[in-house]
Amino acid sequence: MTMQSTVEIEAMPEQPQWARELRESARARFDKIGYPSTADERWRFTNVDAITRIEWAADGPTSDDINLDPFQIPDLDAALAVFIDGQLRADLSDLSGLGEGVVCEPLIEALSRTGVADRLGAQSATLTDGFTALNDASFGSGLYIEVQEGFAAHRPIHVLSLATSGDTPIAAHPRNLIVAGKNARVQVIEHYNAVSDEIVNLNNAVTEVFADEDAFVEHYLLERESERGYNISTLFIRQGARSVVHSHTVLLGGAIVRNNVVPTLAGEKAHCLINGLYVAHNEQHLDNQMRVRHAAPNCESRQYYKGIMNDKSRGVFTGRIIVDKAGQGTDAIQTNRNMLLSDDARVNARPQLEIYADDVKCTHGATTGRVDDEAVFYFRSRGLSEEVARAMLIYAFAAEGFDRMQLAPVRRLLAAEMIAKLPRAEGLSIEV
Amino acid sequence: MTTTEEVARISDERREYKFGFVTDIEQDFAPPGLDESTVRFISSKKNEPAWLLEWRLKAFRKWQAMTEPEWVFLPYGYPPIDYQAISYYAAPKAGPKSLDEVDPKLLETYEKLGIPLSETKTLLGIEGAAESPADARRPVAVDAVFDSVSVKTTFQKELAEAGVIFCPISEAVRDHPELVQKYLGSVVPYSDNYFATLNSAVFSDGSFVYVPKGVKCPMELSTYFRINARNTGQFERTLIIAEEGADVSYLEGCTAPMRDENQLHAAVVELVAMKDATIKYSTIQNWYPGDENGKGGIYNFVTKRGICKGDRARISWTQVETGSAITWKYPSVILQGDDSKGEFYSVALTNLRQQADTGTKMIHIGKNTTSTVVSKGISAGQGQNTYRGLIQMNKGAKNAHNYTQCDSILIGDQCGAHTFPYVDIRNQTATAEHEASTTKIAEDQLFYCTARGISEEDAVSLLVNGFCKEVFSELPMEFAVEANKLLAVSLEGSVG
Amino acid sequence: MSQTPLLKISNLHVRLEDDPAVEILRGIDLTIMPGEVHSIMGPNGSGKSTLAQVLAGKDDYEITEGSIEFNGEDLDDLGPDERANAGIFLAFQYPVEIPGVSAMQFLKAAVNAKRVFEGKDELNAGALLKHFRAKADQIYVPFEMLKRNVNEGFSGGEKKRFEIFQMAVLDSVLGILDESDSGLDIDALKIVSEGVNSMRDGHRAFLLITHYQRLLDYIVPDQVHVLVKGRIVKSGGKELAMELEENGYAPFGVNEPATV
Repeated sequence: MTMQSTVEIEAMPEQPQWARELRESARARFDKIGYPSTADERWRFTNVDAITRIEWAADGPTSDDINLDPFQIPDLDAALAVFIDGQLRADLSDLSGLGEGVVCEPLIEALSRTGVADRLGAQSATLTDGFTALNDASFGSGLYIEVQEGFAAHRPIHVLSLATSGDTPIAAHPRNLIVAGKNARVQVIEHYNAVSDEIVNLNNAVTEVFADEDAFVEHYLLERESERGYNISTLFIRQGARSVVHSHTVLLGGAIVRNNVVPTLAGEKAHCLINGLYVAHNEQHLDNQMRVRHAAPNCESRQYYKGIMNDKSRGVFTGRIIVDKAGQGTDAIQTNRNMLLSDDARVNARPQLEIYADDVKCTHGATTGRVDDEAVFYFRSRGLSEEVARAMLIYAFAAEGFDRMQLAPVRRLLAAEMIAKLPRAEGLSIEV
Repeated sequence: MTTTEEVARISDERREYKFGFVTDIEQDFAPPGLDESTVRFISSKKNEPAWLLEWRLKAFRKWQAMTEPEWVFLPYGYPPIDYQAISYYAAPKAGPKSLDEVDPKLLETYEKLGIPLSETKTLLGIEGAAESPADARRPVAVDAVFDSVSVKTTFQKELAEAGVIFCPISEAVRDHPELVQKYLGSVVPYSDNYFATLNSAVFSDGSFVYVPKGVKCPMELSTYFRINARNTGQFERTLIIAEEGADVSYLEGCTAPMRDENQLHAAVVELVAMKDATIKYSTIQNWYPGDENGKGGIYNFVTKRGICKGDRARISWTQVETGSAITWKYPSVILQGDDSKGEFYSVALTNLRQQADTGTKMIHIGKNTTSTVVSKGISAGQGQNTYRGLIQMNKGAKNAHNYTQCDSILIGDQCGAHTFPYVDIRNQTATAEHEASTTKIAEDQLFYCTARGISEEDAVSLLVNGFCKEVFSELPMEFAVEANKLLAVSLEGSVG
Repeated sequence: MSQTPLLKISNLHVRLEDDPAVEILRGIDLTIMPGEVHSIMGPNGSGKSTLAQVLAGKDDYEITEGSIEFNGEDLDDLGPDERANAGIFLAFQYPVEIPGVSAMQFLKAAVNAKRVFEGKDELNAGALLKHFRAKADQIYVPFEMLKRNVNEGFSGGEKKRFEIFQMAVLDSVLGILDESDSGLDIDALKIVSEGVNSMRDGHRAFLLITHYQRLLDYIVPDQVHVLVKGRIVKSGGKELAMELEENGYAPFGVNEPATV
């Protein structure tokens, strides 16, 4: 069974006409463009044949007996939505305590709410991409999160997608819609994990964020799939005037991972921070594609992405800043820094600028290198072993971006998980 | 930096493309159209040996099976090229042997372009040269290519005394077949890409340079390319070989008449630098850019590549690209020898409705290889300017290093500046740094200049020249002055 | 009873690892006894900094002849970290900036590495802090400095002070100061010098590497050596530095002054 045939719109539960039309036009779009190939510039460095060859199932047998403890974020007081192999588990979830003015419920149940029809797919349908079209056609799991004008969610929302099915490869198409009204605030953590590193699964996720005037949205993507699993995550962001959106991405797991972040700064003086880290080992392939569009005057965007590649892994970074004619007064910065820890590792970096307005300040920088020998010598001259010196320096390189995250428990968890993945050094203790 | 007086003088010069005239001269044409007989016609016109005809035919057959690439970033696009409407050969009827025999109309043409074909005259006849130090006025050997043929190569005798061969490539095929056969297509294979393959099939003329072991070429070498005939394409081929320890500096310049239709220029340049050899290749490209509505102009689709074959070899590309309706080229260096060096210095200016997608590729293969890329893009009018570059470091390129800096400025809100670098690193000891920025001309600098009484247009020209200084300083002195002026003229009308 | 020299350099020849054609040090002999302060002065390119880096164990250099003994032990097989743990401290001419690693974290790791090396238990956080505070007071270093990343954004003077502070924290017995005076104004120079002087205790020794004699007004050396083109061409007492101040390096064939 190929993935196309998992798109059985007719079998979907009863839904509004617009949703059915959205799915049908997306399916037509997918039938036309199909899966991305490396002939497509945007997919030039990532071959997805391994994904398309697998016969995916839409669901499979899941176990009732699941211990969530290892997948919680210690010390984080958050609302929790748990999806097991793509299916919401209300019994394991707790969406309470978010306070007044906040709607947080399964997307599929929210389709008839005011505004959903206008927003769902409004951003994703503009991207010509096979995986996004597939999600538009087949979305099921995921949340609708709305924070109304002037309200703030009282605690962050942790959306945990856990892969447990060992025998059947399951493809899920998680879909979240996040709407922050004027001057509203919300923090959402999208978290992908698996109960073992033997699981073969696919999460083809799409999240659309609408941040209205003066809103603040902080979004985390913690990708910790099985090392035989696949994750394609696309985050669309549309920002109104003076809104602030922070996107943090940490890619640790997965055999092939593609992380798309596609913000449009559509209102004057909007600010967008895109912060990311990808740490790969073995034969992992972690691909990041940023596409920041400045469509309104006087907006600011900041992109900071870092990668560490060990063994035979490969990292890819493509970051494009697009400044429309309307984007006068744009201030955009993009940096991508990579570190290779082995001679078999590889990185492809493409920092790009596409600029149609003259009153702009845009810079990008990309560097690739290894641990600085001078710094290693400095550490050793203070009595630290070469092993420890290198480990500390690699850690320091990676950890810089954690400081930009507002949720300290997430920071601590990530630091611990990252350290576990980096080359180990006897005697090294790190405080986070 | 340009002085104020200089800027003032430049403003007084003609505002139009000043090389847009047509030389009325009797020419031999191949009828428009391209099939095997065209390839055979060109080859027989040049009395080529059988191996070269075979090579051309192989390329032609390959080309027929290829499709024109589409990945180039040209926001305005371009209409499909009708390859059957182009004439692939045009040559002045009287084939001159010495200067006295050169058709006076041709001499006049090059005189007007500022290129002396008489060895007693100094280079270019530009006023700026008078301000240059005396050593900058040493003779420059010139190969003049008019449409499909070379009409004159100067200083051949003096160069021969030093052991340097500098002649039209068609002459080299005749006189040095072993060298041509050995190196032709060795850096840019006949099957390399659509336009290079087309060139391999129909190339007409171009320059050939051979600098033997240990020889430092005693003078600058240069080629001036002129497209004159209507409906022709120019497909020249340049091949430069520097043997062990040799050193040569070469410059090319290009102009064409103003015409309403587009003309195709698909050249190939191959450079081979052996152990400890240095090749410096400079280009001042001023093909007719078309008018402000995007009508007419040259399609400049060129493949340029050099290989540092031996250890410590060095290849340096410098380009000043102000002309052409579309510029699409990436002068590249394959760094094969250990400790070899590749450099790329570029100024690309797009005004009117010009489009450029240009940059470089540095392929690091050898140990301790280094490359430097400095690109300055200037967008004005409705110009669209794209830097595209590849830095690739292979597994064996231990301790390889690249530094890339690409800056763009925009003048006016109708233009675009784009930067698409590719970095591909495959070993942990290699390091690459890429920096890029895009801004408009600094208001405070502009104000400072105008407050001192400089007109806004001249101030922009001044500041742009300052912005490009790093690249101009890589040009041979005489040409740096020329480049400064060219930039000022090309920017005219872009302010206010 | 004859004492073991703290440092004994014998006929030391050093070449560049990458370019063996270049011999930088061409037969150095130098003996430093516990408690002594020696100064090596020399013009640019004489090999001063190379000597400092070779002593600290940098592997860009190859020792082709001769030996270095520390406390009677040959240093040849010891890496930079082992030398540091044994008590050699190099104050860098250009301390390296390390973004992402706080000075506190860095020093905790260094102190405990040394304790492990000496077979002692690691110090807990409280004991370490107490130790750092005491040394910060001794070297006139603001304790706040420890909260910043190692050398990141430090001024020239701050960097040099932080180097001396590290030496005090690590309780090293041989301090090699590689042009710790360069680029400092008089006030900063005084602070650095007072820090060094506060550590002189009759056992700890110093090797001051400098181009200018100015530093020696504040830290008075027992012996001064003039290094020219990889060789010690003259040794003497403090008065030798005064001579250099007067005449520069001209008597040694190099036309450079020895004053700022």
